This record gives sequence, C-alpha cells and structure tokens, in this order.
Amino acid sequence: MFPELGQFALILALLLAVLLSVVPLVGSVTGRDNLQAFARPLASGMFVFIAMAFGLLTHAFLTDDFSVAYVANNSNSMLPWFYKFSAVWGGHEGSLLLWILMLSGWTMAVAIFSRRLPTVMISQVLSVLGMVSVGFLLFIIITSNPFDRLLPNVPADGADLNPLLQDIGLIMHPPMLYMGYVGFSVAFAFAIAALINGRLDAAWARWSRPWTTVAWAFLSIGIALGSWWAYYELGWGGWWFWDPVENASLLPWLSGTALMHSLAVTEKRGVFKSWTVLLAIVTFALSLLGTFLVRSGVLTSVHAFASDPERGKFLLMLLAITVIASLTLYAFRAPVVHVRARYGSLSREIFLLLNNVLLVSATLLVAIGTLYPLVLDYLEMGKLSIGEPFFNLTFSPLAVAAGLLLGAGIFSRWKKTDGGWLGRKLLWPLAVSILASTAVVIGYGGFKPWAFAGVFAAMWVTVATLWDLWDKSSSRKGRLHGLKRQSRSYWGMILGHLGLAMVMAGATVVSNYGIERDVRMTPGDVATVGDYQFVFTDIGERRGQNFTAQYGGFDVMLDGEKVAELHPEKRQYSVGMSVMTEADIDAGLFRDIFVAIGERLTEDAWAIRLQYKPLVRWLWLGALVMAIGGFLAISDKRYRIRDRADERVPQSTRPAGGVKGEAEALS
Amino acid sequence: MHPIRKKRLTIVLFLLAGIGVAVALTTYALRQNINLFYDPSQIAAGEAPRDVRIRAGGMVEEGSVIRDPDSLKVEFRVTDFNSSVPVEYTGILPDLFAEGQGVVAMGKLDGQGRFVADQVLAKHDENYMPPEVADALEKASKAQPKAGETAQSPSY
Repeated sequence: MFPELGQFALILALLLAVLLSVVPLVGSVTGRDNLQAFARPLASGMFVFIAMAFGLLTHAFLTDDFSVAYVANNSNSMLPWFYKFSAVWGGHEGSLLLWILMLSGWTMAVAIFSRRLPTVMISQVLSVLGMVSVGFLLFIIITSNPFDRLLPNVPADGADLNPLLQDIGLIMHPPMLYMGYVGFSVAFAFAIAALINGRLDAAWARWSRPWTTVAWAFLSIGIALGSWWAYYELGWGGWWFWDPVENASLLPWLSGTALMHSLAVTEKRGVFKSWTVLLAIVTFALSLLGTFLVRSGVLTSVHAFASDPERGKFLLMLLAITVIASLTLYAFRAPVVHVRARYGSLSREIFLLLNNVLLVSATLLVAIGTLYPLVLDYLEMGKLSIGEPFFNLTFSPLAVAAGLLLGAGIFSRWKKTDGGWLGRKLLWPLAVSILASTAVVIGYGGFKPWAFAGVFAAMWVTVATLWDLWDKSSSRKGRLHGLKRQSRSYWGMILGHLGLAMVMAGATVVSNYGIERDVRMTPGDVATVGDYQFVFTDIGERRGQNFTAQYGGFDVMLDGEKVAELHPEKRQYSVGMSVMTEADIDAGLFRDIFVAIGERLTEDAWAIRLQYKPLVRWLWLGALVMAIGGFLAISDKRYRIRDRADERVPQSTRPAGGVKGEAEALS
Repeated sequence: MHPIRKKRLTIVLFLLAGIGVAVALTTYALRQNINLFYDPSQIAAGEAPRDVRIRAGGMVEEGSVIRDPDSLKVEFRVTDFNSSVPVEYTGILPDLFAEGQGVVAMGKLDGQGRFVADQVLAKHDENYMPPEVADALEKASKAQPKAGETAQSPSY
C-alpha cells in the first residue's frame, strides 16, 4: 500500500504546486494580501508531500519491495543497505524524484529565509518556483512514475544496481549536482519576478546573490565528484572527457559563474542589469538543457537510462516553454530598465564585463561542441563526434585569458582605475609569477608552451590574490588584526579564486606531465613509469558481498624503496554477471600512483595500466576550495544586517552601493 | 557622441570581439576535429577517407580476435553482417569487449584498408548498444534482404 500512498502524495504535491503557481501571483498583481499569504504555506505543503513520496520510495528500497517496478529494476536483496539507499536515485524515475525533492527543498528554503523580503517579491518568486515544480511533477507523474507496480507477477529478486553506481562517489554525485542545477531555479525565479514587477534594482541583485552563490558552490562540488568518480571508477585515470554528459553540467556552471560576477556588478554599481537577468534565465535554461540531455536518452552514456522518446519530448517541451516564456517576458520588460551609473574604460566594471565575455564565449564553445553532433544527427545529416582536441584547443586559451584577466582585475577599482597605477601594481606579481612558474615547469621535466601558459595563469591568479590580501590586511594594529577585519565575502572571493588557480594548476600539470603506460605483465614482471618501478607480485581471488574478484598485488618502488603496495581488482558481479575494473590508487597531495588491471591475455599474463598523475588531486581539492569560498561568502554578516535594514525600508529603493560596508566587501 | 551611447558601443564592441574570437577558434578547431562515422559496408566500398581520423563501428566478428603473444596488440574484424573490416589496436580493451558484441572504434584507415584504432569503446552494460552500431546493422540488413538470412541478424 505504501507505493500507492507515494503516488498519491505526488499528485497532492502537484495540486499544491498548481495553486502555488497561480494564487500568490494573482494576489501580487491584484494587490490582494490574503491571496499572497498562501505562498509560504503552499510551498511548505508541496515540500512535505514530495518529501513523503521520496521517503516512501526509500522505504520500498530498504525493505526490498520488488513489487515496485523501479525497485525491481535498480536494486537487489544482496546489496548492502547504503547502496539500497543510494539506488533510490540510481535510475531515471528516482533521480527525477530527487530532482523534484531538491526543487521543493529550495522553494521551502526561499520561503523560510526570505522573511524580510517584500511580500510582492516573495509571492512572485514562490509562484515562479511553483510553475517549475508543476512542469516537473507532471513529467514524473505522466512519464516516469517511480511507484509503478509489477503486479501480480512480483519478481523474487531485483535486477541489481549497475555496479558502476555502487560507489561512494556516486552516492554523493547526483544530489550535489542537482542541488546546483535546481538551485539556479531560485536565481531564475528572482529574475522573472523582477521582470514581472519591473524592479530590477540593487535590492533584487542582493537577494539573488546568496542563492546563486550557494547553487554554484553545490554545482562545483557535484562536477568535481563526478570527475573524481570517473577518475577512479570509470575512466581508467581520465578525469574529464568532454563527454556530452559532463559538458551538460559544465554549461550551467560556466554561465552560473558569469552570473555570480555580473550580479556583483549589478548589486554594487547598478549596471549590467538586463545582462544579469538574461544570464539568470540562460543559466537555468542550461540546467534544464543538462537535465534534458542526460535524461532523454539522446545521449548514450552511463547517465542515459531507459531511452523513452516520450520523456525526451516532454523535457524538450518544458525547456521550450521555459525559454520562450521567459525570453518573451524579457523582451517586453527588460528595456524598461535604465542605466544611470557611469564607469571608466579601465575599471572593475570593465574587468568583470570581460570576465563575462570570456565565460559566455566558453559556454558557447562547449555548447556548440556538445550540440552540433546531436543536431546534425537529428536532421539526419550524418553521424559524427567532436573529439577532445576541439575542446582542449578552444577552451584552454579562454581559461588562460580568464586567469590573466582575473589577476589584473583583482587590483582594479570600481568606477575608474588609473592605468599607470595598475601597471606599477602588477609589475612585482608579474615578475614573481614568471619566475615561479618557470621553476615549476622545469621542475616537472621540461618547458612546454601550453604547460607554461597554464601554470603561469594559475600562479598569476594566486600571487595577485595573495598580494591583494596582503595589501588589504595591513593595519596599524598588526597583521592578524588586519586579517580578522576582512569580511567573510572577501575571504569567499579569495578562496574562490585560489580554488580556481588550484584547478588550473592541477589540470595543466597532470595533462602535460602525467605518464600513462599500458603493459603486458605476468607475476614477477617489473615495469618502469617515470621514476617509479612497479613490481607485479601476485594475483589471486577474493570474495565480496555480491561479487568475486581477481585480486592483484603490486609493489611500487622509488629509488629502491617500497613506497606503496597496491591491490587493483577485476570484479565479477554475481547478479548482473557484469565485470568491473577497480583501480587501486596511492593518493598523494603532489602525485597519484594508479594501477588498474585490464583483460586477462593468457593464463598468467594480464594487460595492466600504470600511471603517474602529478597534482591530479588539486583538481578536486580546488573545486572544494571554491565551494568553501562560496559558502563563506553567503555567511557574510552583511546579508543579515541588511535583512534588518529591509524591515525598515520594505519597498527598497535604495540606490546601488548606498549602504556602508558593502562597498568594502568587493572593492 | 553621447557618453552613455559611447559606453554601450564599447560594450557591444567588446562582446562582438569576444564572440568573433570564439567563432574563429571554433570553426578552426571544428574543421580538424570532426570525426565522421562509417559503417563496415561504407568502408569496404571505399567511401571512407584514408589517413583521416574517423569512427567505425559494428559487431566484433565471432572468432576473429587475435592477440599478439608479446604485447598488447590485438586484431579483430568488425562486421555489419554484410561486409567486415579488419581492426588493429594496441592497448587495453574495455571490460565489456567481446566477440559478438557491438563496438565503436576511433582511428584511421591505412593504405591496406585496415583500420588502425587508437580507442575502442564498448557498451556500458548488457542492455546498451551503441546507436551508431544499431543504425549500421539496421542499414545493412535492409541492404541485403535475401530470404533465409534473417537468422543471422542479431537480436537484442
């Protein structure tokens, strides 16, 4: 009976979502407070019922209720309980339910944490979120019901969770990613609400900022987790493949990064408003596009589960409605906004504008590379794929340019920056970065132009960021006092940029100086990779809870001393009869040693992949540092202080940058 | 010119310059990195270009896999049950590579009509078939509608 309750809960949630998308909006337009007062209770109710549905599906998994088709397809009684739990989002229907749970969670969070927002604004924001929920609830109820039953022929046991997904990285990856995707719906809702009532002001930008930043932080973690998982589980040591599915998550990240920066300008200086709104719409549309690409079956990958054309059509329709409706609204309302603030041709505004140009160009590039083959295929103009070199060739120069710009932009001032002063300011950081990156590149085994460019960009960002921190923290009461005086949003920015530098350094060094060797080995053989010797000691059998494995032994030697003992496996899962390669990695801050077993070639010979991966961890650590920066920035007390200010001035019409304290945060 | 207009003009110019650079880079990079897909029949008919990186796919012919005893070199034939193409590859094959299963290989055709692959992709799980392969097989079975040969067409 529980599964039917779950379905019932979803239908109730849909009804509440329909009410939420209509009632408060009508109230806000007609000025009837009693209708607007429904916004928060409806948002809470929707969340409760969706959470109930999610809880019931989880219950079905944990109790092995194989009468539910989705459970039977994605779980098995032999699975350990935590994989049964994560199997809830291991397939299409459940991951969609997770998506919706996140959406209603975000809606609820907006309802809770925006107590001080003007009623009109909050009603409209929640209504827009309600509309998005209606779309997705319809989608799940009509095309992808997770509670469908297999009655009366209940299978004795389930078909098992895809072994690729039986992993801690995969327990965490989808929830984080969805938090990011769905989080951008809040920025979108704020933008639409601002367009509806024509109030694209600094207050709107300030309300949107923390939501955008936190969504961006989650998305960063989600992408990093996916890359990390691919590295040790799927990719034989590769960490980014420019696979359409990866690109689908990178697209909203890139435009979301642009949005974060342009929101800063809109809040501080009251400019770029129309642009910022457009970015908010585009970022959410790209999140939807990502969901469409991954869930519709147009792409073939681990992510594309059952490819049911109906689902693809439905998602495409949702995407089309969202884009067309919001762009129409934009076309009618955006020109209303006038820009009054002035800024010079060398100013922080211009640097951030260039940052946006680069990020949007990168978004376009990745979008073209991802969508072009799909469109051609759809038009039956031939099947083709666009290789990694395309992305590496086009994306890297933009990334390096963004890094160079960032280092210079950090010192720039709002309104006007003196060119000569900026030049003198940059001289020392430039000298230090050139020396340091030359040393790094030579230390890693030789000068390569692209390696130098990447390392230099990372070094330049790091040096400039720390230099700025040093400048800002000088205080007569001592350095420590100066450091303590910095706001959390400033620290957030510092960490965000340092994290980016770490990602750049990691990506550059591991792609240019990593070593990968595929060799044929029999026990007793020794293979050399860089400075390391790998001794294949033995191979035997091992039993796990739901698999048996070939269990290899390797000693890794450096200068005659054993530095690691690795045990890669080749697993045969008993239920689906599928084979999985489990690499073993000796992880380190400065290098990873990686061994994976390939096929068995003869009775005792195996294909073995051996790798030396310098700085590969910096990719994911950097993303984590970025995300921490994001969380730090939103915990800044200026958001709380200004919340109180809102109570006194509910219809905030303050000019941009009018409140003391905020100007220091970014200038 | 009015200062605000001038500012807008600069912004537009910046945007155009950025987009221009992006488009130039894209077209340049695209021209070199598009990998067209050819099925075994097309390759056998000489439709595929030589020494250009392309993708080829089909089923691994039963009994065609030959391994070199001293290295990771492996040879096999890829077929659409109409024509087949010899493939040569040095490296680790994916876990789900097997005779009678669908694969997609990336590489170049050499002078002897042999496909030298630098990458071999197999399906992710037992239900999945690379769409190019499914397509190629469908095309091949239509091109050869001889009675009595249906038993050969794969079922999945």
